[in-house]
Amino acid sequence: MYYNQKIETMNREDLKKLQAERLRKTVERVYNNVPLYRERFDEYGIRPEHIKTIDDLKNLPFTYKTDLRDTYPYGLFAAPLKDVVRIHASSGTTGKQTVVGYTKNDIDVWAECVARGMVSVGGSSEDIVHISYGYGLFTGGLGLHDGATKLGASVIPVSTGNTARQINIFKDFGSTILCCTPSYAMYLAEAVKESGMSPEDLKLRIGIFGAEPWTEEMRQEIEKGLGIKAYDIYGLSEICGPGVACNCYMQNGLHVQEDHFIPEIIDPDTGEVLPEGESGELVFTCITKEALPLIRYRTRDISSLTYEPCECGRTSVRMSKPCGRTDDMLIIRGVNVFPSQVESVLLNIEGVSPHYHITVDRINNLDTMDVEVEMSPSLFSDSVKVIQEKEKTIKQALLSTLNISVGVKLVGPKTISRSEGKAKRVTDNRQIR
Amino acid sequence: MEIYQVSVFVENKSGKLADITDVLSENGINIRALSIADTADFGILRIIVEDPVSTEKILIEHGFTVTLTKVIGARISDTPGGLSYVLRILSDAGIGIEYLYAFIEKTADRASVILRVDNDEKAEKILADKGVELIGGDAFHE
Repeated sequence: MYYNQKIETMNREDLKKLQAERLRKTVERVYNNVPLYRERFDEYGIRPEHIKTIDDLKNLPFTYKTDLRDTYPYGLFAAPLKDVVRIHASSGTTGKQTVVGYTKNDIDVWAECVARGMVSVGGSSEDIVHISYGYGLFTGGLGLHDGATKLGASVIPVSTGNTARQINIFKDFGSTILCCTPSYAMYLAEAVKESGMSPEDLKLRIGIFGAEPWTEEMRQEIEKGLGIKAYDIYGLSEICGPGVACNCYMQNGLHVQEDHFIPEIIDPDTGEVLPEGESGELVFTCITKEALPLIRYRTRDISSLTYEPCECGRTSVRMSKPCGRTDDMLIIRGVNVFPSQVESVLLNIEGVSPHYHITVDRINNLDTMDVEVEMSPSLFSDSVKVIQEKEKTIKQALLSTLNISVGVKLVGPKTISRSEGKAKRVTDNRQIR
Repeated sequence: MEIYQVSVFVENKSGKLADITDVLSENGINIRALSIADTADFGILRIIVEDPVSTEKILIEHGFTVTLTKVIGARISDTPGGLSYVLRILSDAGIGIEYLYAFIEKTADRASVILRVDNDEKAEKILADKGVELIGGDAFHE
């Protein structure tokens, strides 16, 4: 089954022509509407009319996350705000958020991408789609919501949290498709078991999980625990959100919605495009976006591509499950966290030394993050109450910047190792590879 | 003369407390009274020594986090109700107790406690008024 058979099974030659046409239009659009792109293209001597085939893509300059930050909030928008109907945001490295916008058409395209993914894993308008991604600035909740709505499914916008209620809804509303982060799916699977139910008591049959890295082992555990087939959905808000790529029922790589987003794999050090099958940094170019069409956006995710036709019948390129990052960004419970954010929070609290160490773990299938902070004379007191108050202040400050709750542990002064070069600030004990 | 307590941050790891007492021992510092506050994450060692100022200096030199706090010493009757008597006086006067700990004096026939309260002056006055014998800093400090 396909949502858009013509596109999803298009032969490579026709697809390339379509992509080239759309790429040229997009380059024209950003050249005319986004000062940063005009300057950068001029610098490279590139004019929109130079784009003839998609092979010309490799000559275009990259776009980086810092470009979004430097032009915060709307500097890279290629559409006037009156045409922008939705704004989402995700956390950035220095506390400044990355702001993304969508026109009405962008939302439609995004919803179609999600709908295609849902159909490719066996979903249909008959399904009851239970969305436990967070709703809000995060693209997960509304992204899956719009896609499932477009498909014509019955959507339950549960959002995150309140596990007991989630399980009651599974049972009473008869949810058939669950959408959330894989770690939350694990957690829900356990909660189902603890409630005395078994997967057979539920109507769930499909899970669509994304927003954080997870392993094949985790997939099997979720499948067993919830009695479902678990599928990977990939996306990032800069490109549009979840749905840029999605598993099909073969569970063998993620089909990229290539008529909207062109993927490339590059060597992160040289920027050279790597041959098919090689692992490198995933780069996306939006070719139909109106509000925020990013050109060769460096995702920092490590993946590889294969153009071999899939047994499911789709002809689109498939990306492998992302297996890491080229930068130090951590994904904790679906939220992007940079160690430098922790540093700037600590530096803003008087008397706290900037020496810290982050330990990330997955306990009971939920990501945890603990920050060790060195005790200093201004944090210390003879009273436990006073120290705990200060500990709480640090926790609150981290929560308000990172949007996730973080454990704070006070350790002795000078006990966190100092390093000349790149400090080892993070220990990630999660076993997800 | 007032009593000054030396408080030291103790990381919650085995051997950390011994690291502190080793420094005290190497420097000939005798502990006259002590208590440890512990939480899940960390502890606070509170000690009364002869020379709090130089003890603080020595500990800081050895990389510890230290603070000096004024506390009150009181001698109480070593019989049932002895502690209650003192605590009731403070409570009736609306004085909060942050913490307290007992210690032994070499020659005393009475029990002795160190009290950390939220209003030193008022506590000292009311205790003295009620006939509680306060211990001066000269009992410990030079």
